[in-house]
Amino acid sequence: MERVFGRAAALQDRVNHYCPGCTHGVIHRLVAEAIDDLQVREKTIAIAPVGCAVLAYNYFNCDSQQAAHGRAPAVATGVKRVLPDRIVFTYQGDGDLASIGMAEIVHAANRGENITVIFINNAIYGMTGGQMAPTTLPGQKTTTSPFGRDVKTMGNPIRVTEMLNTLQGPAFLARVSVHDPKHVAKAKEAIRKSFETQVNGQGFSMVEVLSTCPTNWGLAPTEALKWLETNMIPQYPLGIFRTPEEVAK
Amino acid sequence: MAERVMMKGNEAIAEGAIRAGCRCFFGYPITPQNEVPEYMSRRMPEVGGVFIQAESEVSAINMVYGAAGAGVRAMTSSSSPGVSLKMEGISYIAGAELPCVIVNVARGGPGLGGLTPSQADYFQATKGGGHGDYRLIVFAPASVQEIIDLMFEAFVTADKYRNPAMVLADGLLGQMMEPVVMKELADLKMPPKPWATTGMVERAQNVVNSLGLVGEDLEKINQRLQQKYREIEANEIRFEDDGTADADLVVVAYGTSARIAKSAIAKAKAEGKKVGLLRLITLWPFPKQKIAELAKAGKEFLVIEMSAGQMIEDVQLASGGQTPVHFYGRLNGAIPTVTEAYQAIMKYMTGKGVE
Ligand SMILES: Cc1ncc(C[n+]2csc(CCOP(=O)(O)OP(=O)(O)O)c2C)c(N)n1
Ligand code: SF4
Repeated sequence: MERVFGRAAALQDRVNHYCPGCTHGVIHRLVAEAIDDLQVREKTIAIAPVGCAVLAYNYFNCDSQQAAHGRAPAVATGVKRVLPDRIVFTYQGDGDLASIGMAEIVHAANRGENITVIFINNAIYGMTGGQMAPTTLPGQKTTTSPFGRDVKTMGNPIRVTEMLNTLQGPAFLARVSVHDPKHVAKAKEAIRKSFETQVNGQGFSMVEVLSTCPTNWGLAPTEALKWLETNMIPQYPLGIFRTPEEVAK
Repeated sequence: MAERVMMKGNEAIAEGAIRAGCRCFFGYPITPQNEVPEYMSRRMPEVGGVFIQAESEVSAINMVYGAAGAGVRAMTSSSSPGVSLKMEGISYIAGAELPCVIVNVARGGPGLGGLTPSQADYFQATKGGGHGDYRLIVFAPASVQEIIDLMFEAFVTADKYRNPAMVLADGLLGQMMEPVVMKELADLKMPPKPWATTGMVERAQNVVNSLGLVGEDLEKINQRLQQKYREIEANEIRFEDDGTADADLVVVAYGTSARIAKSAIAKAKAEGKKVGLLRLITLWPFPKQKIAELAKAGKEFLVIEMSAGQMIEDVQLASGGQTPVHFYGRLNGAIPTVTEAYQAIMKYMTGKGVE
């Protein structure tokens, strides 16, 4: 019988630790499929963050390094510069990338490091139990903004992709979501394109993926998907912000 | 062929590293070590290496983590406040057991301190600085020639034990010029690094990691690390013993203060005083046993440091209270003169009634 669906080779045969209904799992699969499609698994090095994806090396079936909180872009830079023909990607949450690691991501992007960044924006710190993130929405309740994020004292949510889009370094920038199958398909396309950008040596690529945290949002998985769609997308508009073709012009 | 050239200490750090096979440097400017990144930015392209001026010391050390994890000889250099920032990464590198070299051309502290030489980073270098139970192999050169030689030793030892090594100099050593003999680029046979993340062609997955989420696993990892540290202590202690056997007073010092002590000792010896020098070349591992033996033989100690007294604690511990351990120190930014060191020696010789 012809096999039409199976585990991506770039994923290990292992049950992951993510909470039920969390979209980290879907995004792992999309990343693995992109690696498979481009047939680069054997020369790929994954950089895991601090956050819920800290154990990503247990799930991706490729060489991996685990980085300190926020430092994945610097670690990826070190790997890529000494092994320029390998494919290096980081997988980072919003606390990791947009708070403690803000300098690292901005400067890796600005240098045009030929790496791929998968940026998981779930508007909260998942692993540490639901504290406010730089991406938390105005009015959103978290354990450290129990009365809702007050932008007057806590600042506004940071739109990282728009911010990086002001730099000349990046070659590919996109924001996608995984709240329904149609958007998952689009996310897959963008993630594939981000790896392709690196394979072609075109420079820094990042895909921001809007993701859910049912556990810390205190919502059932399906409600969480709905919450993402109605609350996050207006704050974080989806789209392709930059492509290597535009950069070439 | 060996060539004899005049060189600045900071340049020797850089050239010594390149000749030791270092092929990537990640740094951030800070006085008094700026000649290191400046030199590397010129030389690395010539040897096909990588130079990046990172956005911070934090990034620089994490670039070292990535590159060392990918199996190449990597280094970073900085001065005291910058080395404090590197401590996060150093702890991760020690935990992930990656070989690399970190250079500290130390200046005065605490805080922003000043630009003048200091030895007040001894605790940070030898006792941690970053979190967790880990050790750095710490080399302390006392001349520009020794900088070159120890850069090589640092890379070799780091590779041998899969452990970060630190070269701890100070601003005076970094800025001084001395003639050195540059050896030809050695035949750089590096040990195989089958654990490196180079892409999993025809082998199982490699993971560079310092995480041990299950308590008992983490204890096992730490037991293995401690085992490695005992091995380093058994094999890698280095010091220069200059006449301690028939001395009444043994001066213990390293780096710049050891040089000053040497001149002061020569002066005291010329007057018939029985003074010897124990110059530490590795600060960790520390020559505990040597000091214990000297103490047992009844010798008193004088520790000379450019700090409020940091290494003196290790000398006291090792001597086990068997004989007095004296101290002469100048605080951050001040360098003891030969006369001051000589007076300190004479004071304790006099006190002992051996005049
Ligand atoms: C230096 C440092 N500070 C804080 C932490 C604790 N910490 C672990 S995960 C995390 C937040 C991660 O949140 P995010 O990046 O949004 O990822 P998520 O867990 O939501 O997937 C924090 C603050 C740490 N490990 N290291
Ligand atoms: S805590 Fe949130 S982000 Fe983390 S696995 Fe659970 S649902 Fe996902």
